[in-house]
Amino acid sequence: MEAHAMPYYGGRTPETGLAVYTQKVGMWVFLCSEVMFFTGLIGSYIILRFGASETWPQPGEILNIPVTAINTFILICSSVTMVKAFAASEVGDKRGTRLFTLATAVIGAAFLGVQIYEYSELLGHGFGPWSGLYGSTFYTMTGFHGFHVFSGVVCMTWATVKAFRGGYDNGNYQGLEVLGLYWHFVDLVWIILFTIVYLI
Amino acid sequence: MATIVAEPTGIPVVEEHHEMSFIRKYIFSSDHKVIGIQFLFLSLFFLLVGGLLAMLMRWQLAWPGRPMPFGGLFPETMAPDGIMLPEFYISLVTMHGTFMVFFAIMLLLVGVFANYLIPLQIGAPDMAFPRLNMLSFWIAVPSGLIALASFAVEGGAAGAGWTSYAPLSGMPEYSGVSMGQQMWIVSLVLLGLSSILGSTNYITTVINMRAPGMLWTRMPLTVWALFVTAILGLLAMPVLSGGLIMLLFDQTIGTHFFLPETGGQPLLWQHLFWFFGHPEVYILILPAMGFVSEILSAGSRKPVFGYKAMVGAIVAIAFLGFIVWGHHMFQSGMNPVLGTSFMVSTLVIAVPSAIKTFNWMGTMWRGNLHFHTPMLFAIGFVMLFVIGGLSGIFMASAPFDIYIHDTYFIVAHIHYVLFGGALFAIFGAIYYWFPKMFGRMMNERWGKIHFALTFIFFNLAFFPMHTQGLAGMMRRLYDTTGYTHTADLQGTHLLITISAFALFSTGVIFAINFFGSMFRGERAPPNPWNATSLEWQTPSPPKHGNWEQAPVVYHGPHEYSHPDVTDKDWLAQNERPDVVSPAGH
Repeated sequence: MEAHAMPYYGGRTPETGLAVYTQKVGMWVFLCSEVMFFTGLIGSYIILRFGASETWPQPGEILNIPVTAINTFILICSSVTMVKAFAASEVGDKRGTRLFTLATAVIGAAFLGVQIYEYSELLGHGFGPWSGLYGSTFYTMTGFHGFHVFSGVVCMTWATVKAFRGGYDNGNYQGLEVLGLYWHFVDLVWIILFTIVYLI
Repeated sequence: MATIVAEPTGIPVVEEHHEMSFIRKYIFSSDHKVIGIQFLFLSLFFLLVGGLLAMLMRWQLAWPGRPMPFGGLFPETMAPDGIMLPEFYISLVTMHGTFMVFFAIMLLLVGVFANYLIPLQIGAPDMAFPRLNMLSFWIAVPSGLIALASFAVEGGAAGAGWTSYAPLSGMPEYSGVSMGQQMWIVSLVLLGLSSILGSTNYITTVINMRAPGMLWTRMPLTVWALFVTAILGLLAMPVLSGGLIMLLFDQTIGTHFFLPETGGQPLLWQHLFWFFGHPEVYILILPAMGFVSEILSAGSRKPVFGYKAMVGAIVAIAFLGFIVWGHHMFQSGMNPVLGTSFMVSTLVIAVPSAIKTFNWMGTMWRGNLHFHTPMLFAIGFVMLFVIGGLSGIFMASAPFDIYIHDTYFIVAHIHYVLFGGALFAIFGAIYYWFPKMFGRMMNERWGKIHFALTFIFFNLAFFPMHTQGLAGMMRRLYDTTGYTHTADLQGTHLLITISAFALFSTGVIFAINFFGSMFRGERAPPNPWNATSLEWQTPSPPKHGNWEQAPVVYHGPHEYSHPDVTDKDWLAQNERPDVVSPAGH
């Protein structure tokens, strides 16, 4: 048989894999799992709310929408600084990398601070996770989002320390890009949660 | 005999030859092979535990109310005077299912073989994230231990069944178990985390770490199956985790997700559980199908019949697996129209499953069959999976399911697919890849005896459950003497129990063979089965880093009896036929 009749041999070895570095692929894969986690929570919320026998409280009746709206704005700002940190590290701007990683960690922590304030106010008025389906779903969904922000802030703090030690100098931007993917995802989830839990 | 030709790729492989401490090398290792073997010991341990629990249940079913042998070892809260209490029996049922599904079969299929085989079969030096892989193992260990420890706490282990339906599982007052149920939840949340980290790793590794020339269409079917399984785990596990956490909150901080008296919806738990639970069923069978395809091909000395159809069937089963969960809930009060649509989507799964079954037969058809132990287990898998698959079609049709719902017919089905299916494939895979893992062969004669006895006693133990189920024997029933229609089944229960004891004893043969061969077995050559995939082209066991040089892949995975190769009946994936067999040109 002639060699050219064999598809497996031609002296050529096809390249495999995506043209994307492995950490980034890994983060995208992990985020798929996170999407399903929040889909489970949001889906349960929808089913419980539509099936509820008690009347669902009106927007603003229990929750303080203005405070949370400001908090939403704070979280969106942290996404902006995250992008700036990544952009600075990509072009080798050491000062910018340090400034914006620090800013992202601080703004993320500020979001958590406002959320803790909100929880303590609500608990002070006797509204807890035991307060019917409304309380159950509110605390579970916002709580898990808060836990994700907390994890992000821990990672950003670590990244800030690394930035100040020069860990992202010399165009080493990959860590910040991967962390940024997570950060923006958590931000995006909040926009959905804010809409369906607070506004609708 | 042709020599293996490995072309230099120019890709440097990092060789770590520096000495590592014992702890770094064997305990907190990040080497995928060591982690795979760690998972092997862990999951075989839980297989033993799950089996022991089943033996206790079988005692009670055969001889209700009679003191157990060694029954005095159990505390008063479980078995006073050696006689099993109903609460303890239901804990046994629950924990048998939990251990077998989550800690034995799932860890054996995915924890062991995905870790061990994926990098070797795709020609990668290790997983994409080795340390994450180590973390995934070390989360699974405490997870299993927490589940095991729940037997020792006040109130005993979880007693709401492995499905933990609410509201029984949601309020400690209902089941009489509080701490045990919460430990069950925490254990599974941890296992879910371990599984998600593992899946992320497997998927990323397969996407980005394949050797040059290892195209998607050249991956061994085992890798395909494990890859698709990882996607199932990645997408299904987090939904279970969310539901489990809600259940935990219902138990502990007074939320009302699944408790009807305060507006919650028990049916929501069933939806969340089975949205995970049905993909989970395919997590437990797809890798087994991959192993079987590979073993049947090697044992028949023929390429897998219909490779692309096999891949397509794996993907189709996985996709359909996400839209059929409602067939577990025909009796739950769900809208009957919804039930019909779930029935149709479930029946459709028979098509890709049948494609696989016929392709396995096509693979063996007119092959040069070698009946070694892995091959016997693979053939056993096909036979028993067909029985389990056919009873699955029965149950998929709602009118029949209403009749046999929650009876031993279901128990028979699940054991035909999980024991006759998954576990037979696992045994085959252990016999097949043991030489690669430990560098020694398992004993062939005792392997065959193990197969024959397992096959006989498995069928004796589980086939009669079909008829018991049709006769109305209820699943999870503690005392069969209480009803007239179940009291008549006592003779069959005795037969099943004796067969189950015998089946459990065959595990001793396996254990002796396994541990004996590890130290005393015949030294294994690199490629004892004359197989084609990449892992057989390395020494047994492979070194840290797997390859001296990254291998180059030239063709598909199952090239047996290739017409261009004249001097042997196999062609490794990294061999070029014109070099192996120049006479062919």
